[in-house]
Amino acid sequence: MYLASVDRRTPSTRTKAAKVAANVLALGTVSLVTDVSSEMVTAVLPLYLVVGLGLGPAVFGLVDGLYTGATALLRLAGGYLADRAQRRKLVAGLGYGISAAAKAALLLAGSSLPGIGAAIIADRAGKGLRTAPRDALITLSTPPSALGRAFGVHRAMDSAGAFAGPLVALAVLAGSGQAFDAVFVVSGCIATIGVLILILFVRDQRAPLTEGGAAAARPGAVTPRRAAALIKDGRVRALLAGAILLGLSTIGDGFVYLLLQRREDIATGWFPLLAVGTSLAYLVLAVPLGALADRAGRTRVFLGGYAALLLVYLILATSWSGSGALVTVLLLYGVFYAATDGVLMAVAGPLLPPELRTTGLALIQTGQALAYLVSSVLFGLAWQWFGAAGAIRAVLAAATLTLAGSATLLLRTHRATR
Amino acid sequence: MSLRGRVLLAAGLTATLLAGAVAYVIVAGNRDKAPAVAASVVDAGPGERLLFRSTASGSYGRVATVPRADAAGPRAVSGLACDRVYAAAGAALCLRPDGPLATYQLAVLDRHLAVKDTYPLVGVPNRARVAPSGHVLTWTVFVTGDSYNGGKFSTRVGMLNTATGETVDSLESFAVTRDGRPYRNVDLNFWGVTFDDDRHFYATMSTAGRRYLVAGDVTAQTVRTLAVNVECPSLSPDGTRIAFKEAVGGNPAKGWRLSVLDLATLRRTRLAETRSVDDQAAWFDDRTVMYAVRRGPKAADVWVVPAGGGGAPQLLIPDAESPAALWNSAQ
Repeated sequence: MYLASVDRRTPSTRTKAAKVAANVLALGTVSLVTDVSSEMVTAVLPLYLVVGLGLGPAVFGLVDGLYTGATALLRLAGGYLADRAQRRKLVAGLGYGISAAAKAALLLAGSSLPGIGAAIIADRAGKGLRTAPRDALITLSTPPSALGRAFGVHRAMDSAGAFAGPLVALAVLAGSGQAFDAVFVVSGCIATIGVLILILFVRDQRAPLTEGGAAAARPGAVTPRRAAALIKDGRVRALLAGAILLGLSTIGDGFVYLLLQRREDIATGWFPLLAVGTSLAYLVLAVPLGALADRAGRTRVFLGGYAALLLVYLILATSWSGSGALVTVLLLYGVFYAATDGVLMAVAGPLLPPELRTTGLALIQTGQALAYLVSSVLFGLAWQWFGAAGAIRAVLAAATLTLAGSATLLLRTHRATR
Repeated sequence: MSLRGRVLLAAGLTATLLAGAVAYVIVAGNRDKAPAVAASVVDAGPGERLLFRSTASGSYGRVATVPRADAAGPRAVSGLACDRVYAAAGAALCLRPDGPLATYQLAVLDRHLAVKDTYPLVGVPNRARVAPSGHVLTWTVFVTGDSYNGGKFSTRVGMLNTATGETVDSLESFAVTRDGRPYRNVDLNFWGVTFDDDRHFYATMSTAGRRYLVAGDVTAQTVRTLAVNVECPSLSPDGTRIAFKEAVGGNPAKGWRLSVLDLATLRRTRLAETRSVDDQAAWFDDRTVMYAVRRGPKAADVWVVPAGGGGAPQLLIPDAESPAALWNSAQ
């Protein structure tokens, strides 16, 4: 167990291996453990609802209505509160705790539909609450020059957990004679372990580390006015605009896989494997692309990720098919995730004042999430109007424009700050 | 606290939690181990019997029959376990787990419940029907992860004609006519098929937040909408009415009222059952509808209620679900 090797005394002289801060490793472990827990539940939930409780097809209405909109607001509020109290660990811990409690709630809900719905909402609310403070802690625990790599390590650990979760769930089901309550109990225990690791090993970093490792405290009062003033900073505004613009060019995993499935005529049984392929690529590429971002420029790698997405659309719009095309698309899609998800946070971190960092990160994540929501709905409509082929051509054109626009926006700001 | 102290505390608590988790799994694996009922010969062919899935302890999940005249009485329990079962005209369909992993298969059965053929299924099985002729089998499964907003469920309907070997992998490729006009949308979902004959069927289609009753044609690969807010249709033996579940206030979150639709007049009759029924009902005879009511996880009973709207629900088979009346089908 590598936890034992986590030492709070980070060597101040960085070796060529570019050590990742102990706090980041601790946060990564929390994410890994928590993702095992939550993906266990995600994997068996349909099985539980349909076979265990005998619910009919309308259960999808149950999770359908609970939308990203609500968690987006919660994320912003949580970010602001974490900054206001300068207690990011507390807010993140609250988020992890709520999700852990949601597993118990799922067990207690029995066959009550509103109860199950409430437990699922609580789980998502916890996730919304914890993301921004956690990412803020990563930026505050890492020297600015190594942020890309730090986020890469964190995201790799995170997706490793997501990978293991369904397997653990299957093992529990097999070991307990298909007892779903056993899955929820085990998931709750694992989530509690995650909270425990957070409490014991994650330090609440209140001031950022400078290159030398010394703390540079620059406390300033956190007020709604100062939080709102974040957008007045030209660089933050440019980044937010760029992130939203690029968010508008993402149509979502479901559509990408659906298009792939239609082109390649994949038997529906293999459908879940498309997501597995992408997360495998993401898992493997997160660290190298994060490290590359530190060396070659984070904005460039971030834009490169969207270029990979553009290539995905391009391939989907052409007639190239077969296993070569399939592997290429999944690989590029993994590159897209690895080069954008953590890297955007690494770009944003240093631009934001430390005391407002959680709010700022929450703002950018929310902007991106809402843009994605809009674009996925628009893509659905485009599909309805023009059919699949027309819709992918439309999104290809839109993505080219947004990439060009945000590249101009971000690279210019990037140079100006040099 | 020192690092050493924290590591020890974390290791201790983690070990305790994991031990608790493992203990729970073991206990869960060994509870309700009622002595299994010995398997007996079960006749799934046409006759005065009801076929169903038992939820009684000792025979949980196994296919069983009871005589029509004594439905709550002693049952003949087979050795075959299914999550959903249906039979008509000497052909039966069983949707069941495939190995220890969460995969499923469709088993085609003969009148003695012997497995003739199996096909892998994608997703969690939910509905099963056999056409009155016994030739065409249909099923609905839940699939996750292929809808466009992530985390949503979607459903997929499959059909297999055992006489011709024809299969339908999904109804989503069928040409849709909604309210008389051609319609297409990526959010189409189909579930709960019931057959008129080997070619014509009824099903639920959901799109843009509404759930329609559609009439379909397997050969022409078309479906057209007939009525709104109709789910899980079940055609009466005389072919004139559809028993279905109607979302209360058009909102499935409020539960479902078991109802009957007259296909000639499209008039709806709400049945006397006031509990929410989340099942694809089956017809006991032309005047009576039967359906499962859940009592909790792994517990359900089959009830009957008059199809004309009056009367009161009555318990038909305790500890049972997924009923099929074997006397309704052709010989």
